[in-house]
Formats: sequence, structure tokens, C-alpha cells
Amino acid sequence: MELLLDSLFNGVAIGSVLLVAALGLAIVFGLMGVINLAHGELMMLGAYTTYVTQLIFKLPLLKPFYNSYIIVSIFLAFIVSGVVGILLEKTIIRKLYGSPLETLLATWGVSLILQQFVRSVPLAYGTGLVISLIIGLFLPSTFPSKIKESINFKYFKFSSWIFAALTGVLTGSLISSSVSKLSRASARNVDVTAPSWMRGQVEIIGTAFPKTRLMIIVITLISVIAITLFLNQSAWGMRIRAVTQNRQMSDCLGISTEKVDIITFGIGSGLAGVAGVAVSLLGSVGPNVGGNYIVGCFMVVVLGGVGNLLGTVLASFGIGIMTDLIGAGRLLSIWPDMPLPLSNTINFFATTSMARVMIFALIVIFLQFKPTGLFPQKGRMVEN
Amino acid sequence: MSLSKIKFDKKIVLSFWIILIALIIAAPTILPVFRLNLLGRYLSLSIVALGVDLIWGYTGLLSLGQGIFFALGGYCAAMYLQITSSSEFPNNIPEFFALYGVEKLPFFWEPFRSPVFTFFAIWIIPALVAGLIGFLVFRNRIKGVYFSILTQASLLVFFNFFNGQQKLINGTNGLKTDVTQLFGQMVGSESMQRIFFWITAILVIAAWFFAKWVVKGRFGNILIGIRDDEPRVRFTGYNPVIFKTIIFSIAGGLAGISGALYTVQSGIVSPQFMTVPFSIEMVIWVAVGGRGTLLGAILGAVFINYAKSLVSEALPASWMFIQGGLFILVVTALPEGVLGWIQGDGPRNLLQRFGLKRKIETYPSLEVNNKEGNNE
Repeated sequence: MELLLDSLFNGVAIGSVLLVAALGLAIVFGLMGVINLAHGELMMLGAYTTYVTQLIFKLPLLKPFYNSYIIVSIFLAFIVSGVVGILLEKTIIRKLYGSPLETLLATWGVSLILQQFVRSVPLAYGTGLVISLIIGLFLPSTFPSKIKESINFKYFKFSSWIFAALTGVLTGSLISSSVSKLSRASARNVDVTAPSWMRGQVEIIGTAFPKTRLMIIVITLISVIAITLFLNQSAWGMRIRAVTQNRQMSDCLGISTEKVDIITFGIGSGLAGVAGVAVSLLGSVGPNVGGNYIVGCFMVVVLGGVGNLLGTVLASFGIGIMTDLIGAGRLLSIWPDMPLPLSNTINFFATTSMARVMIFALIVIFLQFKPTGLFPQKGRMVEN
Repeated sequence: MSLSKIKFDKKIVLSFWIILIALIIAAPTILPVFRLNLLGRYLSLSIVALGVDLIWGYTGLLSLGQGIFFALGGYCAAMYLQITSSSEFPNNIPEFFALYGVEKLPFFWEPFRSPVFTFFAIWIIPALVAGLIGFLVFRNRIKGVYFSILTQASLLVFFNFFNGQQKLINGTNGLKTDVTQLFGQMVGSESMQRIFFWITAILVIAAWFFAKWVVKGRFGNILIGIRDDEPRVRFTGYNPVIFKTIIFSIAGGLAGISGALYTVQSGIVSPQFMTVPFSIEMVIWVAVGGRGTLLGAILGAVFINYAKSLVSEALPASWMFIQGGLFILVVTALPEGVLGWIQGDGPRNLLQRFGLKRKIETYPSLEVNNKEGNNE
């Protein structure tokens, strides 16, 4: 019984990391049909945001609030990744709607650039750049509508970008001068240390669980609930679902599909940032951290059925539990005296990397029977 | 008039070939060994690019897993080389086995004692694996991005398997070939490398003619039909699954040959050949060169890799930026690649922009229809 509970918890812990990472992808890929291979790098940005926030909270001014930096960084990571995602949508992806393979290649290019960016640009100036992006993208929309409708609006836009750039440079050099760790570019991995209240273990029904794992489960839970509520209860959520079902009809009925695209992509990317916070709690953060998750995320989304959040949830926990069962060789401890060839096979797959082999193979076999995942979308199109 | 329609004089074609062959023969004397070796490697990579062009450029299947077949070919060659030069090691098995305490050769190594078997294995094993993966995927009408994701997942499966199995194939360290013997000669030696360069050059030309033959005629037309409108091909009475499986396994076989040639020239085969970035890079060679133009794939592979080594020598950090920029640029600005742009309307449009050539005016609806057709 205890063993089963152990396995279940480990599985849920693995699955929740997968889920929070795949959630953003489920939105971007599932609802918009956009293949974003830079999703992993958006996660990486979220993880680096956590790192930067942590260092900034060590400054004397913010020291008293140090323990809450992880909460703050969740919101910051959402904003940072979301803004980078919006920029990506506005500049590249928008031109490529309807040609998914091209999107795939272009976003791979973006992911390479982002990886090299964190390697060769000091994080302080990277922060400055992101801040100026945030201001530049959002300041114009806060102007009163009178200005927006005037002919000179583009001057306002232009000057707000200049203001944004100046602020970015200022904050960049400010951070760079006050936090020495951020002032030099480095390709080395960095470590996020959890605040004291998150270290140690909690005992639940006789088994000890690390608190960081619990924190990740909580983050995942909140993200899933928030995104479900947003999609099903809010007006924009309704518009997003409408555009997903029938883009042209929604356009005819007066929904701004352009805005819907930006919001959907922004939220999906933002969720990648939140996933980055979770990932940063698990191990060290490096430029390649996103690449470890991206294929797994796609498998989760495909397995769950594209455009279905429930499917994504079930698929990630299913994969998580299976990974634990296979990777830790738990079947052996449940059934110790099984015949030799079988136990040999199980031992063969009882490592992390071999468990991955097994899981992917199982998914491919599963897709032989249900090619469209657990919860397929219904339709009568030839193309589907 | 577009370039593709220009009929070259037979004499020009002949002299082109003579110059090319002369260059290939003379290359080892002109180039220093290091550069020759690099050129040989890049030429061998252009064979896998030809395969990518066949499946992506002509059939519309974007595979992100060509690294599997590339590495399989490389492993076949390396296993043969290791096993034939293992006579002085304990138990007559390759040296690395001793590190892990393995005393008996794993069963799947046995057939690689035979050079004939290896010769066929290098391209048949990758082709069979590709055919199997392809058949399983195509049978379910999985296509487009789902196909790409599944091939990428398979790539990870193979990578993790080869990476984790120290006792079978030396895991993450890979198999070295440069200190092994082939027909009494050291594989890494200068004279052997020269021979490998010539073999590679000949095989690239052979592969090019083979690919040209494949896409010619009815078979090629069906491939293009599948790319442009698969349901229509199906409704016309063809079974796309068969054609896709065949072309995918052809590409796999080409990748295997390419991998074997690359392995003997780079001196090692390792699971690094099966990493995700490498397989996507193969796609970008084709995309830059011009998908749907076989020559473009070859030129793209050679030139991009050459540029990569030049840039990485001068400014190591900037190659990732350049490569990322290339991906974005090619997709957004040059979807047909460089060669496709030259062969298509590119130069004419450029001349028009500078007012050097008169615009061709057709009935507007023709152009609109054309655009709609392309959007699919």
C-alpha cells in the first residue's frame, strides 16, 4: 500500500512538471495549431527570470521580502515569457499561419537565437531589454482613445518606444552595477535556491515528500484551474474558443481574430514562463534547459488529443506514473518472484533514459490504435 | 525566361562534367588534408540532404528524425571496422567491451564480421527501419506536423537507447573508427582519407542521378501529387501509404550511406549524430539550397556546413545567431530557397523592382487562383 502511494506520488510529481510545461503548448498548439518549437526556450526564459528575481531580492532594499521572491517570480515569469511570445507572434508567426511546417522551422530558429542570447548577453541587459519590450508594447495601448484616433498617433507610438528603450538601458545598467553576478555574460548553468520555507520535507500519510515537489504540484494545479476558468468563463475565453472552432465565422461576427491570436499566444507563452519557474526549482538552469522538455510536451499534447485540456491533464499524469513505474522498476517490487526473462526485461528498462525509450515506444504504439489521441476532435473533414 | 527552361548546349554540359571530375581528382593535391577532410564530410552530408529533399521537397513530409538513419549507417560501418581490428584485444572483441566487463560479443555484432553483410547493412538496415517507422505512421494517416513530432520522438527513443547502452555499443562514448584497420590500412591515415574523399564524391554524383531518376516520371508525379493534395491522390485510386513508405525508406537508405561515409571521415560515430538539433539542421540545408531542387540540397549542405566551420573558427558565439536567423529568413523571405529563387521568378522580380524589365501582365483572376492553390 505504502509502495503504491509512493509510486503514485512520484508519478504525480513527474506528471505535474510535464503538465505545467505542456499546458502552454496545449493552448498554442491545441487551440491555434501553431507548432512552437521555441516553447522550451520560453520556459528557459521563465527559469532565468526566477534566477534574476532571486538575485534582485537579495539587494538590501528588498531583503526583508526575500522569502516571497518565488511567488513574485511566478508573475514576472508569466509576463516576461508572455511578452516575448507576443513579440514572436507579431513579427514572425503571424506571417506563417496556415503553414505549420514553416512555423516549425522558423520557431526553431527563434529558439536557437534565444539560447545564444542568454549565453552571450549579460542577464542584466537582457532584463533591461525585456523591460523596454514590455513598456514599448503596452504603453501605446494605455493612451486615451482621443490620442489613439488622432493622426499623430504614430509619433506617440514612436516616442513611447524611445522612452521604453531609455528605461530599458537605465534599468539594465542599474541592475548590472548593483548585482555583479548579472553583469557578465556566461554560458554556465546557474542555480536557483528555494527560500527557506520551501526547503525540507513534509510528511503525508507516513511518507516524506520534498516541499519543492509539492510547490510544483500547487503551481500546476493553480495554472490548470486558472486557465480552465479563463477559457470557459471569461468573454475573451469564449472568443478564443469561437475562433478555434471557426475562424472565418468568428471574424464575420465581429471578433477581432488578430487580438484573439495575440492573447492566445501570449497566454500560452506566459504559461511556459510559469513552467520555467517550476523547472528552476528542480535543478540548475542553463541555456539548454528547455530542450529537455519540448518533445515530451508535444507527446503529452498529441497523446491527450489536440485542443483538449482534460486530455492533456490525463496524458501527463499517465506518462508521469508510467515513467515512475518503469524507470524505478516498481513492478518488480510489487511482484518479486516473476519469471526470469520478464524481470530481466524490466531491469533493462529500469533507468531514466530507458524508461523514456519505453514510454515513447508505448505512445507510438498507442497512436496506432487511436491516431488522434485520447480525446479526438470530432469532424467529418477529409483532412482530419 | 526562367533558368530551368534554358537548354544548355551539350558541349557546355560535357565541359562542366569534365571540369567537375578534374576538380574531384585534383582536390587532394590542391587542398590541405584538414580542408579536404572537411570537404569530404560535407559532401557526405549532402547525400542525407538529398534524402531530406526527396521526402520534404517532393513529398511534403518534414522528417525531423533523419539522424536515426544517418547514425544507424554510421554504426554499421563502425561496428565492422571495430570488429575486424579487434584481434589483439582480449577475447577478440573490441577494446571498449573490457571496460564494462563484457566478455562475449553481443549477438547482433556477429554478422558484422562479414564485409559483404556490412556493405549491404549500411543502407538496407536504415532503409528497413525507416520503412517500418514510416509504414506505422502513414498507415494511420498521421501527417503534417504530427509526422514531424513523431519522427522527432522516435529520434529521442533511438538517442536514449544508444546513449544508455554502454555494454552493447559503448553508449555515449560512441565507436571510434580512425584507429581501426581497413584492408590493412589505418582508416584515419592520409591515403585512406583521400580514397574516402573520392568514394564520397562519386557516391554524391551517383545519389544525385538516382534521386533524379526517382522523381522523374510517374512515381515522381505521384510524390508531388501527395505533397500538393493528398486526398485527391487517394481519391484518384492511388494508395499514398505505399508511395510515402517507399520514398521514406529510400531517404533512410541514403541517410545510412551518408552516415557511414561521414563516420569514416570524422573518425567516430556517437549518439551525438542522433541529437535533435542535428536532424533539424539537415532540413535547413535543404531549405536554404532550395527544396524541390535536388542540386539545391547538395549545394545547401556543402555551403552551409562550410560557412558554419568558417564562422565558428572566427566567431564561435555568432554561429547560433546566424543559423537561427537563416531559419527565420529562409522561411519568411525565401521559401523556395536560393536555387528555387533563381530558377523561379526571383531574378525577374528583382529586375522589375529596379525597372529593368517590363512587368508581365496576366488576367488578374489567374494570379488570384494561383495564390489560393498555393495556400493549401
